[in-house]
Amino acid sequence: MQRSSRPGRPTDEGGTTRRGALAWLWSVLGLAALAELGWVAASFIRPRTAVGGGNAEVVVAGAVDDFAAGSVTPFPAGRFYLVRLEDGGFLAVHRECTHLGCTVPWRAESGHFECPCHASVFDITGEVLSPPAPRPLDLLEVRIENGVVKVNPGRRLRRATFTSSQVVRS
Amino acid sequence: MGLGGSSLVLVAVQAVTGILMMLVYRPVPEAAYGSVVQLEGDVMFGSLVRGVHWWAANLLVVVVLLHMARVFLTGGYHGTRQFNWVIGCVLLVVVATAAFTGYLLPWDQLAYWAVTVATGMLAYVPVVGGWLQHAVRGGQDVGADTLTTFYTLHTTIVPAALLVLMGFHFWRVRRAGGVVVPPDRDDGAAGAERSVLFLPHLLGREVVQALVVVAVVIVLGAAVGAPLGAPANTGLSPNPTKAPWYFMGIQELLIHLHPAFALLVVPVVAVFGFLLLPYLAADDEPSGRWFLSATGRTTAAVAAIGAVLVTAIAVALDAVTTGRSGWVTGGLLPFGVAVTIVWGLARWVRRRWNASRNETIQAVVVAVAVLFAVLTMVGEWFRGPGMGLVWPWLR
Repeated sequence: MQRSSRPGRPTDEGGTTRRGALAWLWSVLGLAALAELGWVAASFIRPRTAVGGGNAEVVVAGAVDDFAAGSVTPFPAGRFYLVRLEDGGFLAVHRECTHLGCTVPWRAESGHFECPCHASVFDITGEVLSPPAPRPLDLLEVRIENGVVKVNPGRRLRRATFTSSQVVRS
Repeated sequence: MGLGGSSLVLVAVQAVTGILMMLVYRPVPEAAYGSVVQLEGDVMFGSLVRGVHWWAANLLVVVVLLHMARVFLTGGYHGTRQFNWVIGCVLLVVVATAAFTGYLLPWDQLAYWAVTVATGMLAYVPVVGGWLQHAVRGGQDVGADTLTTFYTLHTTIVPAALLVLMGFHFWRVRRAGGVVVPPDRDDGAAGAERSVLFLPHLLGREVVQALVVVAVVIVLGAAVGAPLGAPANTGLSPNPTKAPWYFMGIQELLIHLHPAFALLVVPVVAVFGFLLLPYLAADDEPSGRWFLSATGRTTAAVAAIGAVLVTAIAVALDAVTTGRSGWVTGGLLPFGVAVTIVWGLARWVRRRWNASRNETIQAVVVAVAVLFAVLTMVGEWFRGPGMGLVWPWLR
């Protein structure tokens, strides 16, 4: 392991030698090549995430009058529940638990969303009633056009709490 | 001796059985489960090969952890071996990655939801969590992109990393002059007698042991086999849903601590603590003796028993208190209490038993390791529906 005492190898003592400069250049080039490889690898991962799961097409849920007040209708393809509140307003509640991502079923008998994995409970608006969930269920964008309810699963809203401004009315 | 050698044997078993299964497996969500069913039912020896792969994978994680414990408790990380401990830590991470990426591949309910929950924990990492989760899942949810990523990692990148790192690891063992031998018992024999010849003494033993390891995984694979549940259903989460057992300690920690602590502060402190262990310990203690000394044995036992009691009491106390807690009461406070207890243990051990620097470090590491082991066991065995506490024999 005594590198410096090898015969025929100039040492770096007393200024830069040609060999030293070349070695330095090699390491710079090597690092650049590594960075490029990293960049290529990153770009292989990135494009898929931009697509957003592939099911970002707008879901046409149906006519406004098809949904009774106080009803919860599941849309498995869009991974959400269309909620019509008692006052007639609409919410598209994402079915993924904000705790660790389990699918939260609607329990009609209790009138709550109850996560089977870790016992989080949410009310009909997605607000947390019982932890460990740290925040309400996410909302998806709802639009009502000509009396037809449309939901865009690609537009997801994280929220800290439920406010009435989140409710979409016809 | 021989836990490191057993790991090598298990890795070889994984290579053979893994390549065989690659000939049958189809890594897309629509076909993955069907191909595993086909492997179990139609392919000759398919069920056995998959069973052996499953058992060897789980055993590998256990054996690597035991190997790590042995190296630590016999002081096999001093001097020239310091850096090899660091490589070993990286190898542990690679082995865990191998096990975790393989976990998803059957695409049954257990696989799908365990990976959903385990990657769900990533979202809690402060600042970069969402990005990290996206990158690992290859999208919003666990899906086709996740399967592609995991399959590629599992069959190419991770094995390649394992191979390179294992070569490095073994080369460093050779360079350090072979495995650690117990110091001479009293008579102070000459240095030459402190190591034994590899041929035939060690090789003979290793071959016998390798055969035993292979026999054990084949018997387990044949008699018990690998589990396969219902096909993955993205709309139906099982109750309860748990991460793979080697990540269960972290999931259990997340029940008790604020996410920023459970998934950032504690892991970072633990990882750096373990990586730097050889550099923190004094280098003057002899290698190759279990628990350093009689004092070391006593203090390690005290630390272990103390950790079991304290962790059990803490888990029980946390189950009684309810309600959501912020990062002060749920994070800083319990973390501070834990650090204080460990610090108190170190002081007590020094005073009461007049422990040396390394004996104190040993007691602290034993306490932390036992704490994590107890959390893992609580999460795995004592958590029932809704992650409530239950006795395992009442489930």
